[in-house]
Amino acid sequence: MAAGTWQRKDLLGIAELSADEIRLILETAESFSQVAERPIKKVPTLRGKTVVNLFFEASTRTRSSFEIAEKRLSADGLNFSSSGSALSKGESLIDTALNLQAMAPDLIVIRHGAPGAPHLLARRLDAGVINAGDGAHEHPTQALLDAYTIRQHKGRIAGLKIAIVGDIEHSRVVRSNIHLLTKLGAEVTVAGPLTMLPAAVDRLGVRVCHRLEDAIAGADVVMMLRIQLERQSRALFPSTREYFQLFGLTRERLKAAAEDAIVMHPGPMNRGVEIASDVADGPESVILEQVANGVAVRMAVLYLLSGAGEEGV
Amino acid sequence: MKTLVTGGRVIDPSQDLDGFFDLLLEDGVVARVDESVSASDAEVFDAEGLVVCPGLIDIHVHLREPGEEYKETVATGTRSAAVGGFTAVACMANTKPVNDSRSVTEHILEEARRAGYARVHPIGAVSKGLAGEELAEIGEMVRAGVVAVSDDGLPVANAELMRRALLYAQHFDIPVIQHAEDLDLTGSGVMHEGEWSTRLGLPGIPGSSEDVIVARDLILLEDTVGRYHVAHLSTGRSLAMVRRARQAGLRVTCEVSPHHLLLTDQAVSDMEMSTATKMKPPLRASTDREALLEGLADGTVDAIASDHAPHHVDEKDVEFTAAPFGIVGLETTLSLCLDRLVRPGVISISRMIELLSTGPARVLGIPGGSLAEGRPADVTVFHPDRSVTVDAATMASTSHNTPFDGWKLKGAPVCTFVAGKKINP
Repeated sequence: MAAGTWQRKDLLGIAELSADEIRLILETAESFSQVAERPIKKVPTLRGKTVVNLFFEASTRTRSSFEIAEKRLSADGLNFSSSGSALSKGESLIDTALNLQAMAPDLIVIRHGAPGAPHLLARRLDAGVINAGDGAHEHPTQALLDAYTIRQHKGRIAGLKIAIVGDIEHSRVVRSNIHLLTKLGAEVTVAGPLTMLPAAVDRLGVRVCHRLEDAIAGADVVMMLRIQLERQSRALFPSTREYFQLFGLTRERLKAAAEDAIVMHPGPMNRGVEIASDVADGPESVILEQVANGVAVRMAVLYLLSGAGEEGV
Repeated sequence: MKTLVTGGRVIDPSQDLDGFFDLLLEDGVVARVDESVSASDAEVFDAEGLVVCPGLIDIHVHLREPGEEYKETVATGTRSAAVGGFTAVACMANTKPVNDSRSVTEHILEEARRAGYARVHPIGAVSKGLAGEELAEIGEMVRAGVVAVSDDGLPVANAELMRRALLYAQHFDIPVIQHAEDLDLTGSGVMHEGEWSTRLGLPGIPGSSEDVIVARDLILLEDTVGRYHVAHLSTGRSLAMVRRARQAGLRVTCEVSPHHLLLTDQAVSDMEMSTATKMKPPLRASTDREALLEGLADGTVDAIASDHAPHHVDEKDVEFTAAPFGIVGLETTLSLCLDRLVRPGVISISRMIELLSTGPARVLGIPGGSLAEGRPADVTVFHPDRSVTVDAATMASTSHNTPFDGWKLKGAPVCTFVAGKKINP
């Protein structure tokens, strides 16, 4: 699939993408990854294009990553957050978006706490919409940067054993990753406390384990998920101490994985809750590479959705 | 005033009647049903090619008046009912203020009389202000015209209050209608908990949220010997409990809604999280849907009720999690039932009429639901296979929140008579 064949106006989730479309984004990201290594980290590709970053939830890393990607592509970025805006005065999401639309942006990057919020906007707006995380639904660029990182280390996705451990129910990262990794042929296992495993998760084409040890046995990739500490007050787990005992990734436990296994985490990490510090900082950890790759992947997505792909890379 | 409805296929499950009869309506009652009736001074309605049946009764609607007239009023809601072929509706008490007093009941009845489209049978609140603490003045409301009590929109969560309601309502021989939902189990849920809630990342409402309340109430019913009705029953397990309880001799009835019979939770995904698929109880799993269809066929289900829940477009045109629960249904129910239940042979046309008329009348103990001589001249006439396309934008209801917009259906209401008077909605 060549860049010019990208047909979508929006990137709302991985669920609707074909394997070919996923590969196209990853390949496009590769061509952008060198930009970060140049003395002047900027290309003129999106000059004259306007991108609005519409963040309704606090997010430092995803937002920064998109902003850097936009700047490196020479796009004009506008940041818009819900606090201090008309939204805090009761304006609806659609009205806010229509007001922005009137300013003729080319792309809108949206992070929102409600699943489907980007889809709602995409149906109404001419601008392309990029989902930067909608509730517990999808976080497509995170899954793409994860896949990019895995390919970088393993050279492939197909046939890999990938374990995802933690709060599966509330994670948008895990849903996008399940869709992406299974579409590209990986064997995905999920594990976590039963109170944090969503109903019928096996119907998503994954193996389900209830013990960390079973999940990571022989795994090529171990992806740990962030535990939101406020879940404890909702009785989803008794204490962080007990959680770490049962589901924390320690160096000892990691021995069960494949010898050359890599460890991933979408961040931000709770050290000593879902992952021990010596693992987070250890040689298997590719966590900071994930962050770096996020910029290239987001550049690729912005580039493809802006229509620039029609002219070739 | 006399009207002679001639040449139609008259189907009346209350008398086990199905054939071509003339129907004479006189002085507000059914005067005669016979193969050939002559009444030279009567206005003639030619019903050839049409089905004539006891007036349809929707025992679960929200008219939103008083308090939320921007969503619906008694007038627009009853007009919507008439357009949909209903001659009577029972309206829930969760208005603002709540219908927990004689004055609110009387206001609703006065508005209904003034509008003149369909009979309205108000349902009073079980508890004052729907607060779930003290019994409302049920006797006073019964005198004013309520036919049942319910805190619908909310469950009667307190078991002791439910027990007392089941006991106290027996003084008036009215059912206690339960919105069966354990709010702790529902939590922040917005759709059925299952594969699709997992895929969409939307918080789920487990089927057990309904089941535990039905189970508890049936135990209370056994102790109190009262009359209990489950509103908008949606799960296979609840239905099985109702079936068993009835076999054991308890006075329990239940209704289901067309959307639970025709859609599953997959519709939330198929319709890209359209808020027209957000209702309570939520659209359930396909196994639940199949169980409900069985319950229709085997007689466990007493009524099909639309749970007509109008909401303004500004409230529904938001993120799925932020939207209110509920859809409109008065104008789609009959066509949906004809096309999706009768045509494929899930139920007979006579059973459908029983579920939409005779059954609801029996549940509430109201006089309609029959074309027997001397009964109220409430009649629905419909075309069994005229093609229609659901068009939310042109509905008579003030609100247009329906997941069935654009559906092509065969079978449509033609007109209604209320107390012998032809209604022109």
